Amino acid sequence: MIVTSNVTKNYGASCVVDGVSLKLPQGGITSIIGPNGAGKSTLLSMVSRLMAMDKGTVTVGGLDVTTAPSDELARRMSILRQDNHMTARLTVRDLVSFGRYPYSKGRLTVADKAHIDRAIDYLDLGDLSGRFLDELSGGQRQRAFVAMVLAQDTDYVLLDEPLNNLDMRHAMGMMKLMRQAANELGKTIVLVLHDINFASWYSDHIVAMKHGKVAAQGSASEMIRPDVLSGIYEMDIKVHEIGGQLISVYYG
Amino acid sequence: MRTLILALAATLALAVVSVFVGVSDVSIPSLLAGGIDSRAMEVLLISRVPRTLALVLAGASMAIAGLVMQMVVRNRFVEPSTTGTTESAALGFLVVTLLAPGWPLMAKMGVSALFALGGTALFLRVLRAVPLRDVLLVPLVGIMLGGIIGALTAFIAYRANLMASMLAWNMGDFSGVLRGRYELLWIGLVCCVAAYIAADRFTVAGMGKDFTTNLGLNYQRVMMLGLVIVSLVSAVVLVSVGSIPFLGLIVPNLVSLMIGDNMRRTVPWVAVGGAGMVLACDIAGRLIRFPYEIPIAVVMGVVGSAMFLYLLLRTPRGAS
Repeated sequence: MIVTSNVTKNYGASCVVDGVSLKLPQGGITSIIGPNGAGKSTLLSMVSRLMAMDKGTVTVGGLDVTTAPSDELARRMSILRQDNHMTARLTVRDLVSFGRYPYSKGRLTVADKAHIDRAIDYLDLGDLSGRFLDELSGGQRQRAFVAMVLAQDTDYVLLDEPLNNLDMRHAMGMMKLMRQAANELGKTIVLVLHDINFASWYSDHIVAMKHGKVAAQGSASEMIRPDVLSGIYEMDIKVHEIGGQLISVYYG
Repeated sequence: MRTLILALAATLALAVVSVFVGVSDVSIPSLLAGGIDSRAMEVLLISRVPRTLALVLAGASMAIAGLVMQMVVRNRFVEPSTTGTTESAALGFLVVTLLAPGWPLMAKMGVSALFALGGTALFLRVLRAVPLRDVLLVPLVGIMLGGIIGALTAFIAYRANLMASMLAWNMGDFSGVLRGRYELLWIGLVCCVAAYIAADRFTVAGMGKDFTTNLGLNYQRVMMLGLVIVSLVSAVVLVSVGSIPFLGLIVPNLVSLMIGDNMRRTVPWVAVGGAGMVLACDIAGRLIRFPYEIPIAVVMGVVGSAMFLYLLLRTPRGAS
C-alpha cells in the first residue's frame, strides 16, 4: 500500500500539491487523472523520492521514502518520469540491464539476464536490443524505458504518462501489459494518465486531482460519470456505455 | 575485444617509436654495443623511458578525466579545459608556489587539485543559474569562467614575476620530462582504475538524476566522486607536464560514436585512445622541426581544433 499524508509542495508562492492524503490500495492499477497543472506529476515525484516534499510523509509498502535507504527502495519501487532526456548513448539492452542495478550493482547474474530477456520480450524490443537509444523513434525509446523499469522487478511501479509517444497499438499493448503485471505478478501500478478512456478501461482505482488537491477518487464506475468529469475538467463531457465499458466523449 | 587488442598493439608500437625518437643516438645497436653503462643506456633510462611513460599516463588519464566529466555533467563538450577546471588548477598551483614555495611537489599538487575541485564546483553552480541549458552553452559558460580565472592567475603571476612559469603550465610540453620529475603522473593511473571500478555508477549518473535515484544510487555522491577524479587528474597533469587541450574532448567523443557510452566498455578504449593520441602528437611535434621540438599543446591544439569542429558540425544528430 502507498500512503501519503498531508503531502505538500510549494513553488514560490504557488502551492502545487496541497496537503494530499491518500491511501492507494495494494495490487491493481491506480490511475491519476486531472487537468494540466493539477499536481499529478509532482505528487508522483514526491511519492517516488525524486523530489523532496515541503510537508507530509509518504510510505510505500511500509517504508518511509524520505528515510529508508535508497537502494532498498529501488528494489521495492520503480519510477519512470515523462520526457526522459537521455544524453548517454546506450543500447536498448544496456539500458534494460541497468534496471537490474539495484540487485546486481553491475555484476549481472544468470537470473538478472533472464529478467532482462523477459523485459525485452514483453515490450517487443528483441529486434532493437542492439540499437542505440538515439537511433530509435520516440515510441520505441519509451518502450525501452518501460522495459528497464520492468526489469527492475519491483512490487510498486510508478509511471508518469507511459503512453506518451505511443501509437494506438502500442498504447493498448502497454496498458494490457500493465494489466497482466497487476493480475499475474501482483504488482501495484500507479499511472498518471491523460487519456481518461484508457483510465476507465484498465484501472481498478482512479484518483482525480485538481489545483493540487484530490478532487475525487473511486472505481471507474464511480468516477467516469458526466457530473464528476465535467467538474474536474471544467468542460462538457458525455459518457456512453459501449460493450460494457464507460467511454467519455468530449470532442466538441 | 579483438579491435581493442589491435588498438592496444598500435599504441604500444607508438610507445616504442617514441622511445627511439630524439637527437642523441639511442637505438638497439647502440644500446647493445654500449652495454649497461653507456651514454645511450643513460639517455634511455633517464630521459626517453620516463618521457614515454609520462605521455602514456598523461594521455590516458586526461582522456578518462574528459570522459568522466562528460558523464557527470551530461554534456558532450565538456572536459577540464572547457569547465574552468584546468585554469583553477593553475591558479591553485600559482598561489601555493607564492605562499609556500618550500612545500614538496606532492603537497603543491594537492592544493592545485583542491582549487580545481572548487573551480569545477563553481562552474556547476553557475550552470544551475543559467536558465537555458543548450548543449553548446554549457562549454561556452565554462570557457568564459576559465577565462576569468585565467585572467586572475595572469594578474597575480604578472605582479609576482612568474609569467614564464605560468606560460609553461598552460603549454603542455613533455621535453622537460626526466626521471624523478614525472612520477606524480602515476596518480593519474590510479584515477583511471578508480573510474573503471566506478564505471557503472558513472554510466547511471549519465542517464540523469531521476534515473540514478530510481536505481537507488546517491546522485550527489557519484557526482562528487567524478569531480574528485577529474580535479586530481587535471592537477597532476598540469603540475607535471602542463595542460593538454582538447584531448579529453576528442577521444571520448570518438569512442562514443564508435561503441556508445556504457563506461564499462568505453574506459579501456578511452584510456588506450588517449595514450595513443598523445604519443602520436608528441612524435609529430618532435619530428616536424627535427632536431627542434614543437610543444605537444601546439600540435594537439591544431589537430584537436579540427576534430572538435568536425564533432560540432555533426551535432544536430544525437548530441543533444
